[in-house]
Amino acid sequence: MSAKPVSLPRWADVILLPALNVGLAFLASGLVVLAIGESPLEATALLLRGALGHAEGIGFTLYYTTNFIFTGLAVAVAFHAGLFNIGGEGQAMLGGIGAAIAALLLGSLPAIIALPAAILAAALFGAGWAAIPGWLQAKRGSHVVITTIMFNFIASALLVYLLVDVFRPTGMMEPSSRVFADGGKLPFLHEIAASLGFKLAKSPLNLSFVLALASAVAVWLLIYRSRLGYAIRTVGANPTAARYAGISPERITILAMAISGALAGMMAVNEILGVQHRLLLAFTAGYGFVGIAVALMGRGNPVGIVFAALLFGVLYQGGTELAFDKPSISRDMIVVIQGLVILFAGALEFMLKPWIAKLLTRKEPA
Amino acid sequence: MKRFAVSAALAAFVAMPAHAQIKPAITFDVGGKFDKSFNEAAYNGAEAFKKKTGIAYREFEIQNDAQREQALTRFARDGHSPIIAIGFSNGSALKKVAAEFPNVRFAIIDFVVDLPNVQSIVFKEHEGSYLVGLLAAQASKSGKVGFVGGMDIPLIRRFACGYAQGVKAGKASAEIFQNMTGTTGAAFNDPLKGGELARSQIARGADVIYHAAGNTGAGVLRAAADANILGIGVDSNQNGMHPGKVLTSMLKRVDVAVEKVLTEANNNQWKAGVTVLGLAEGGVDWAQDDNNKALITADMRAAVEKASADIKAGTVKVHDYMADQKCPVQ
Repeated sequence: MSAKPVSLPRWADVILLPALNVGLAFLASGLVVLAIGESPLEATALLLRGALGHAEGIGFTLYYTTNFIFTGLAVAVAFHAGLFNIGGEGQAMLGGIGAAIAALLLGSLPAIIALPAAILAAALFGAGWAAIPGWLQAKRGSHVVITTIMFNFIASALLVYLLVDVFRPTGMMEPSSRVFADGGKLPFLHEIAASLGFKLAKSPLNLSFVLALASAVAVWLLIYRSRLGYAIRTVGANPTAARYAGISPERITILAMAISGALAGMMAVNEILGVQHRLLLAFTAGYGFVGIAVALMGRGNPVGIVFAALLFGVLYQGGTELAFDKPSISRDMIVVIQGLVILFAGALEFMLKPWIAKLLTRKEPA
Repeated sequence: MKRFAVSAALAAFVAMPAHAQIKPAITFDVGGKFDKSFNEAAYNGAEAFKKKTGIAYREFEIQNDAQREQALTRFARDGHSPIIAIGFSNGSALKKVAAEFPNVRFAIIDFVVDLPNVQSIVFKEHEGSYLVGLLAAQASKSGKVGFVGGMDIPLIRRFACGYAQGVKAGKASAEIFQNMTGTTGAAFNDPLKGGELARSQIARGADVIYHAAGNTGAGVLRAAADANILGIGVDSNQNGMHPGKVLTSMLKRVDVAVEKVLTEANNNQWKAGVTVLGLAEGGVDWAQDDNNKALITADMRAAVEKASADIKAGTVKVHDYMADQKCPVQ
């Protein structure tokens, strides 16, 4: 996100490069599929049809997309401040704890009171959890990469403790809280559709998808149109210059981390308030980490992040359907394919850049 | 006799047209079907059924929580029955899906779902753990024994508590070291840390160590064998992993349970309800084979067989940690 050695036209940077990277990833995945004796074309068709070919599949795809928008935005906000927040998992766990506490306490109240409180609690808990590493980075110089990943483990331990010893109803085997009262449940989109009189296939897609899109707009406004966003980008580009301009990098570091954590925490709104309606273990399922790839692919831009999140949603849901229909393609194969996309779109994102730059500049009269 | 003949004929008659093959399906938990432990036992049971009857089954390995309901719904909609969910984490998903598909037969391992089309299978792990605890107390020379659990959840504390009771029954003065590997699901798949925990217990004097830690236990048994002390395996018979260095294994017959569900469904004998598999039902046991024959003395065998008979008869009651979240001994 900082200084670039070669510069590309905006459209190439935002659309062409990610598309080429995904194409390469699919090509490599196709070779892997071929190697285990399946047809890559058939596998791709199954994957796409499973993710986008029917209403239920689309519902699942957008449900995954919701998670990735939140975690992708979380990583992006920190990126803009020059911080690498890899603690999305832990912040989402804390978000889940906050949402669950609010939903358990207020669930018997009308949803119009309980839900905003629970969503706010998810964001606040996530923000608080990320602000601590932010503070440590700003005031003590403890590197945020180290502290955020360590905070993932602390969050996990805290979640286990709360679920095993506090929230779990006695006699229940699974470490999970009781199911929230109706006020603490975000409505599913198929329920909303039914109340409006038309039928939608059942899927875990719920109102938090709308919240995720709204958050993307809010983050775009924050980063590119607000004074704070400008300060965040300035600190990310050059903290020394930022200080010279009268911006406190310490304050911005803590603030950016808190906003990042709030977004990661809101992933729990989808999982906990939207789908499971109870707090449970491992609900973050690695979405926090995938958010890093989503943010990289989306170039830190909320619009790009929404599309990158959609791509990962397609991969997750299509991958599930693929594993159903092709027993020889196990879930580990799906992880390989997802891993290749992350590798090409994330780690090797600039691999093609010099060549494309050469190609594009050759056309223009020098 | 006559009635039997009539009912047999009737059963044959009814069974004939109804003998359209069953279409079973299984969802394995996040550990995956080759976890060398719990899920693999279920897989082995399904494979044994497939070998005997030639009936294939569909399967799915869960990756995240949203997939639990998705997989069960998908199998139910495709006309699969019975559908077996492996592991307690599938409980709430199965409850929802089973209510939606009342004509499909479901089964779940390690959890109770109270619906007319669900068979719930739970094990009395504390009883089996008690027996291996008893053996551990007698095999130990130092009077100190260890327990390494996987993830710190009530189910694993139930293993630990049954074991502790068995140890104390074998030797009242015995000391028990207990460690849990971690607080996330990864704790069931961390043999390195399992080995570390076992070594630290060995350093404190433990000379028999029981694990209930899935694949993490491989590290525990390895460390025990390396230090020339005894390990105790779990779920499957792990005596052969380090012959002569594994005192015994606490068998949890998930394979038998899965095969039983499939066979009963195939023979039209499937019943809903709760099946509790304890010592008396052959659901848990201690493993004896050529690998550990030399380790079990006649006295030990007599003691453990007496305890086993007492538990079956109900004269010895092993406390179940999950009944009140407490353990009477530490």
